[in-house]
Amino acid sequence: MQTKTDARKAGKQETIERISGAEALMRALIIEGVDTIFGYIGGAIMPVYDALMNYEDKVRHVMVRHEQGAMHAAQAYARIKRRPGVVFTTSGPGATNTVTGLADAMLDSTPLVVITGQVGAAMLGTDAFQETDVVSVSMPLTKWNYQITCADEIPEVLAKAFFYANSGRPGPVVIDITKNAQFDEVDFDYKKISRVSSYVAKPRPDIADIDKAADLINAAKSPLVLVGQGVAISGAQEEFKTFVEKAGLPVASTLLGLSAFPSNHALFTGMLGMHGNYAPNINTNKCDVLIAIGMRFDDRVTGNLETYAKQAKIIHIEIDPSEVDKNVKTDVAIVSDAKQALELLTPKVKNNSHEDWLKSFAKLHEVEYEKVIRKDIHPTKGMMHMGEVINRVSEKTKGEALIVTDVGQHQMASARYYQFNKKDSLITSGGLGTMGFGIPAGMGAAIAKPDRPIFVFVGDGGFQMTVQELGTLAQYHLPVKIILLNNNYLGMVRQWQELFFDGRYASTELVNPDFLKIAEGFGVPGKQISDREALDSTLDELLNVEGPFLLEVKVQKMGNIFPMIPAGATVSDMRLE
Amino acid sequence: MKKEYTLTIFTENKIGLLHRITVIFTRRKLNIESLNTSESEIRGIYRFTIVVTVTESMVQTLVKQIEKQIGILKAFYHTLEEIVYQEIALYKVPTHAFADGNEVEKLIRNHNARILRIEPEYIIVEKTGHKEETQQLFRDLEQFGILQFARSGRIALTKQIKEITAYLKELEMQQDET
Ligand SMILES: Cc1ncc(C[n+]2csc(CCOP(=O)(O)OP(=O)(O)O)c2C)c(N)n1
Ligand SMILES: [Mg+2]
Repeated sequence: MQTKTDARKAGKQETIERISGAEALMRALIIEGVDTIFGYIGGAIMPVYDALMNYEDKVRHVMVRHEQGAMHAAQAYARIKRRPGVVFTTSGPGATNTVTGLADAMLDSTPLVVITGQVGAAMLGTDAFQETDVVSVSMPLTKWNYQITCADEIPEVLAKAFFYANSGRPGPVVIDITKNAQFDEVDFDYKKISRVSSYVAKPRPDIADIDKAADLINAAKSPLVLVGQGVAISGAQEEFKTFVEKAGLPVASTLLGLSAFPSNHALFTGMLGMHGNYAPNINTNKCDVLIAIGMRFDDRVTGNLETYAKQAKIIHIEIDPSEVDKNVKTDVAIVSDAKQALELLTPKVKNNSHEDWLKSFAKLHEVEYEKVIRKDIHPTKGMMHMGEVINRVSEKTKGEALIVTDVGQHQMASARYYQFNKKDSLITSGGLGTMGFGIPAGMGAAIAKPDRPIFVFVGDGGFQMTVQELGTLAQYHLPVKIILLNNNYLGMVRQWQELFFDGRYASTELVNPDFLKIAEGFGVPGKQISDREALDSTLDELLNVEGPFLLEVKVQKMGNIFPMIPAGATVSDMRLE
Repeated sequence: MKKEYTLTIFTENKIGLLHRITVIFTRRKLNIESLNTSESEIRGIYRFTIVVTVTESMVQTLVKQIEKQIGILKAFYHTLEEIVYQEIALYKVPTHAFADGNEVEKLIRNHNARILRIEPEYIIVEKTGHKEETQQLFRDLEQFGILQFARSGRIALTKQIKEITAYLKELEMQQDET
């Protein structure tokens, strides 16, 4: 079969072909460079799957076990590849199973193009079999959504979908396609879109704002830079490094910003927020200029806004104007892509260093090390700690593995104790905090980057939320090393119960299955350890495993993640114990 | 401090945009006091007028979150001083109320209202004005028995000299090719 691009390459005259909507959809995806689709078939998407069979040489379809799995896999894939992850589902339950993934992608600015089948246009609104109002359901969870009811709309709408999903602040797009539109014919003439007049994808920064920001930075005695995922999304890791090195600026990261700047860099001071590091949180309320880049002042980062960095001048570099002044009022706002802003800003900042100010971070870090970190990563007695497992994995992989996590204590421990020395190395659910994210996201990561070692840290609770994707891992023999940190509890919630609900452990203790048997049933080999002595050699074994593997590590049941800023407290009131 | 603001939103006529706009208010449990939509002076571009009572920082956030939606061209917020606005109200009163004396007639005259239709059973009265004015007529007619009452959403034009076409040009200029 010949596509238009082939025809063009071959120097042949372009002819507009008349093809089915389903066929048109497949060709659109190929023109957009899609090479992987995560999906699950059903009645209302059958014509599309039938067309997909014609393109199996160009597009890989990963058949998941649940549509939520397809979503998280596509999210991870998109975040690594920096282009839209593509999902196919059928109508009704297939479409509603994408809801959690959409919400997650929306909050974490992840580009997705989700294609949902829909009943025939003539049956819309009649409560037909497997009809749900997908456009309404997904409205608040998407950057854009659209229902295609006739085949003619397919080329233009698909071109828009890809453009909107991955431009500006990225986000998920849902395209609902009625069955008749998949069957009907269309004159296929596809034009990629790089501009829509009513939509500002790349706002041009105002030079006056850049100058004001440079002045503030040049005059600062104790500046602090916050790095968010926006730096990674815009591919500005190098520009960011040049900027902070030139001006000698200490860097603190949001959860999703981790790995945009190397953890082992002298200017790196740790993670912000509720379970972040002590020094950057305390110093947030001491700095004189706060420079936030590609982040949105989430409440898990800021704690109480009334007492957040009130002493500081705030510079906010952010592509989404609606994030500016939303939570924290700025003194200088630069509405721009991070890379573009940094390219303009760096030449205007002076070479500088802030030795004493940097030392204050080191001192605070010393306090955290003594009170928290040492006990977490080098415990000597009792059950193993999450921190020591993660720290060992970090050492053994030299901080160069790709880390995927689920949600809970193990997630915070991963963020705290893995040293992210390579860019694009952490895939985690930040804004939504979706338990069940880890295993399917690991799957998507392995497909996007099969040559990197990939570890999924997951809890015993979250493991059971999307455990069915072990089947997908086995089927495609994906090299995902799952480390299940089993504390026999919904640990993070149990910790809150211990601290804020008088230790009343309502519904947090788990009655767990035999995890290894489950994995074995799916065709995934595994091993369980509970002795500290076995950790080292087991990790060595794990590093050499090809294909999926489950390592269950029994860890202490009542471990807590510290330091901690209780919800709604002030960042500088971070508790060490 | 909360205050009444009038939002003016210019959109491309896309199905679902109304939903996208209202979701921004309902998420925060904000009451939309009135909403009107019609085609603007530019063909194919629609004008939404929304009235809310919120703080200024909230209205700023709302406007930005609305403007961010794909298909929205521009959104503004205004205080009452910055706009000329109007609403229309219709009142259905029993015809017999007019039979006893000339009190109703006087009311209608004083309120600058007008009669749209006279039937043996009822009369339909129309009044345009600000809400306080249409509400005052409502109160005055109440004693005669109001059979039906309806008030439209606010429509408003701004006093500012810069028109939407100028903003749309700026929007074009503001962006680089991706
Ligand atoms: C889908 C979903 N349901 C509930 C929660 C609330 N929640 C957050 S962390 C957590 C506990 C997770 O337990 P586990 O997976 O065992 O990880 P641990 O905290 O023990 O490391 C729960 C229930 C959530 N984040 N996501
Ligand atoms: Mg647990």
